[in-house]
Amino acid sequence: MEYKNVMTTCPYCGTGCALHLQVLDQQLVGVLPAKNHVVSQGGLCIKGWNAHAFVNHKDRLHTPLVRKNGEFVEATWDEALDLVASKLKAIKNETGPDSVAVLSSAKCTNEENYLLQKFTRAVIGTNNIDHCARL
Amino acid sequence: MTVRLTALHEAIDKVMPEVDGVIGVKSNPNGIVAPHLFLSSHPDDLAALAIWPKEPVPDTLKLIQRAHPEAKLAVVCRGCEERGLVEMAKHSQVDLSKVTLIGLACSQEEAEFCRCAKPYTVHAQMTVGERIEGVPDPLTDAFAAKSREEKLAFWKDQFEHCIKCYGCRSICPQCFCNVCTLEDEKWVETGRLPMPNPPMYHMIRAMHMTAKCVACRECEETCPADIPMAIHFRLIARDVKEMFNYETGAVIDQKPPQLLVLEEGEYERTGLPH
Repeated sequence: MEYKNVMTTCPYCGTGCALHLQVLDQQLVGVLPAKNHVVSQGGLCIKGWNAHAFVNHKDRLHTPLVRKNGEFVEATWDEALDLVASKLKAIKNETGPDSVAVLSSAKCTNEENYLLQKFTRAVIGTNNIDHCARL
Repeated sequence: MTVRLTALHEAIDKVMPEVDGVIGVKSNPNGIVAPHLFLSSHPDDLAALAIWPKEPVPDTLKLIQRAHPEAKLAVVCRGCEERGLVEMAKHSQVDLSKVTLIGLACSQEEAEFCRCAKPYTVHAQMTVGERIEGVPDPLTDAFAAKSREEKLAFWKDQFEHCIKCYGCRSICPQCFCNVCTLEDEKWVETGRLPMPNPPMYHMIRAMHMTAKCVACRECEETCPADIPMAIHFRLIARDVKEMFNYETGAVIDQKPPQLLVLEEGEYERTGLPH
């Protein structure tokens, strides 16, 4: 028997609300707001209150899916990344880097977002980079 | 360490050998607190035992008991949390037969923060801290003195700020229905903001808190829009007291009015239309 709370930052937007992930017997069971946190001061929006819901959701993907003959089939990361890289390369060569746009995510860390904009600008060669939290 | 925190440590040390765990509040290294299950196998955790801000520990007990119905537990609870646990037990949400309540008396400052009429426990087997008397609730009293038009205008203005985070519903220890009316599209339209007038979300919650709200103010504390919603729950509680002589959390074996079957002739006493 074990119950504890792990404080983290809400993954949904750029505000940076703190929330507690409730862990019961090694399982994530819910969210609690962090009362004396300087940013969220004990409040959360409806997304934050449900921030645990996607973690063990039955619809969550566990492997990449690649469409073959109109149907999604499970693939390895190597296979999926090779496919994406070759397609991006082909688009860049055919119609130029500005025909690619990249949308980053608040669910990633600051560092991952930095890497993605670097990749977009330095590797693909376009300024078409934006972020879902720029609401 | 304050006197009260030292006394709480002593109480927990005393009860720990007799139970499987103690539910209390723990601070993380940044001073942010959350409910925690203290275990004798992790004695170091107690170094981070905290008392303020208060946390919704009644729900923590429910969560742990659902997974471990046989566990013998102790809960550090304040007056409001004890009332919450008593009401939850009446509605079969927790089982207090295997639970030791460690009552934590609130300080004057804490009671004033919560505008609390009963900042102490009455059923707890052990108590910590010096009991102080209840403090007035100037917000509720000021509201009660308003005219009907002023009251309507007050709530219209307050509920306009609601962002429908459902936080007041989610944190409330007395909100435990398996099917929540507030998630029924018929009553509360998804994605609609600001709140329509009348604000059905808040009307429904006010109705559902009747003879259930224990005045813990967790709803107000989690509200990102700072809506002082405990005002209407407390005024409803005054009516319930008057009509049914029922006070949440006060008497363990008194059935709440919504679980009563009124006998012929009793309707008059309630003042309800009949």
